[in-house]
Amino acid sequence: MLEGILIGLSTALSITNILMVIGGCLIGTFIGMLPGLGPMSIIAIMIPVAISMGDPAAALILLAGVYYGAIFGGSTSSILLNAPGVAGTVASSFDGYPMARAGKAGKALTIAAIASFAGGTIGALLLMVFAPMLSSVALLFHSAEYFALMVVGLSAIAAFAGTGQVAKALLMTLLGLIMATVGEGALFNMPRFTMGIMDLQSGFGFITLAMAMFALPEAIFLVLKPADAHGDGGKITELRISREEGRKIAPVIGRQSLQGFFIGVLPGAGATIASFLGYAVERNIATKEEQEEFGKGSIKGLAAPESANNAACTGSFVPLLTLGIPGSGTTAILLGALIALNVTPGPRLMIDEPQIFWAVIISMYLGNLVLLILNLPLIPYIAKVLEVPRNYLIPFILFFTLMGAYIGQNNATELLILVGFGVCATVLRFADYPLAPLLIGFILGSMLEDNFARSMQLFDGVSFIWERPMTLGLLVIAALLVVLPSYRARRARARQQGVADGD
Amino acid sequence: MALDRWIALIILIICMAYGYAAFFTMDADLPPFMRHNPIWPSTFPKVLSVMAILTSLVILLGLEKHSGEAKVPDIDHTRLLEYNLAPALALLVLMVAYALLLRPAGFILSTSGFLILGAAILGERKFQYLIPIALLATGVVWYLVQGVLGIFLRPLPYFMG
Repeated sequence: MLEGILIGLSTALSITNILMVIGGCLIGTFIGMLPGLGPMSIIAIMIPVAISMGDPAAALILLAGVYYGAIFGGSTSSILLNAPGVAGTVASSFDGYPMARAGKAGKALTIAAIASFAGGTIGALLLMVFAPMLSSVALLFHSAEYFALMVVGLSAIAAFAGTGQVAKALLMTLLGLIMATVGEGALFNMPRFTMGIMDLQSGFGFITLAMAMFALPEAIFLVLKPADAHGDGGKITELRISREEGRKIAPVIGRQSLQGFFIGVLPGAGATIASFLGYAVERNIATKEEQEEFGKGSIKGLAAPESANNAACTGSFVPLLTLGIPGSGTTAILLGALIALNVTPGPRLMIDEPQIFWAVIISMYLGNLVLLILNLPLIPYIAKVLEVPRNYLIPFILFFTLMGAYIGQNNATELLILVGFGVCATVLRFADYPLAPLLIGFILGSMLEDNFARSMQLFDGVSFIWERPMTLGLLVIAALLVVLPSYRARRARARQQGVADGD
Repeated sequence: MALDRWIALIILIICMAYGYAAFFTMDADLPPFMRHNPIWPSTFPKVLSVMAILTSLVILLGLEKHSGEAKVPDIDHTRLLEYNLAPALALLVLMVAYALLLRPAGFILSTSGFLILGAAILGERKFQYLIPIALLATGVVWYLVQGVLGIFLRPLPYFMG
């Protein structure tokens, strides 16, 4: 591991990569602060830039910097405006906004910054320990297990969508898989489902789809319903926290960093779930009088979701880097970017391209440090970005989505596809269909089919499902994940009806 | 019928068309030597289409019930007309126009036009700021794409080179 750290240090500490970290963190913070723009949109917009840089390590460092910068920026707007820019920071506004209203905005931002820093750093430490372990296990996997593992990942994402949503999330995943079959596959060398349209020969562009699924609907939502958030606290003063307060939040940060990291590792459960769960757990284990404070400006209630969401962001890199299976929409986009750069994440990554793996981890420390140093004194100035008029903002967002799709394929038809899918995605959002599963399904689709086909050929049929116990076990888990939530909901409802009948 | 079930119906129709293509049209073109393969190009799509049809039927028939309170959506689509629908639609039309004009009209003209018109649609009237900002941004992006990333973008309309 020491050797790896040294490789990572030498790669990550080059001038370009340090600039990438700083640039990524700054861009992420700025854009993440804008209400309505989540990390997925920002990363989708940044991908064309990252891909054309050509260096996978630098690209991943940049995008990872944007990712945690966005989470950090989102908490700033949660605290100051009660308008979370990112779903993962909604829980931060529960206690952060009351603090800002009480004139303690500076203190709230400081706590958020410290908690984020601790969460991110502890997460990176855990990543350094767990990722190599997991990837040495993953080297034993066969294509059959990979196929099963991806199925587990996809069904876990659907299962975490909650009751009443599992079918929708599942349908979106399947739709993504179906879209991935359009075009020419590597395995068969024949175009499928192109309907004779030349532009579909190479399949749908992943950047186009990412933009259409996230950036475009968010921009349209901003137009449809202007955010009515108005900051009242223009003045941000008193950034210090007292020693006593520090002692109070230290155990919270420690606990939530650990918990957040492990939630982030699970597929489908990202920063959002980690932050809500962290908030709930800390409220339950706090003392009676502290519980009263939650929701009214408790520093513990702010520190918990902040450290949890940053640790979860780092945790979500574990399945991406070791198994090559993204657990969230954001890591799915990162995976797409890596594939475009001719790097296939997975257990071989650490053997074939150790400099990428370790450079990313080292850059996470750097990035967290950059966020802390850069943002703590600069927060009052950075918060000015919240005053950018939306009349300028929205056309520019739309323009960047268009440009990103165009640069990716150098093809104007791609722009029409972008608009078309963007409208579809907006309608799907109206009806509360989750969009991230679609993109994850799309990105995993070709890998899933390749592994499926390879195991079919090796075993001359589907017998690999029962001949390899691990594959069977994983597939059973996948089935249970999908079936159990709806079964439980059904049982609960049946019981409720029974009680009602008894009365 | 609620919107989510309409969508499920549309997806069901798409999946049925997809499944038809997978089950009945693809295998005929398969060269004879590939027929001995345990997996055909149509195998995976067949599985997917069956699963997707079943799942969309679950939503369409409402077999999975919502548990308890419904989430409050960001935008209530039943009252769509009360939102700023006109500018949103206008922006979408503008994006289509941009897509069609980018090649023939050149990057500079179409992009600055897009940015100015987009802001104007959203209600910006201070053109003395808007036009210089839009032109500057266009120039900067063109330089970045052409000069730094090295991707060709025709800057001027087709008849000017």
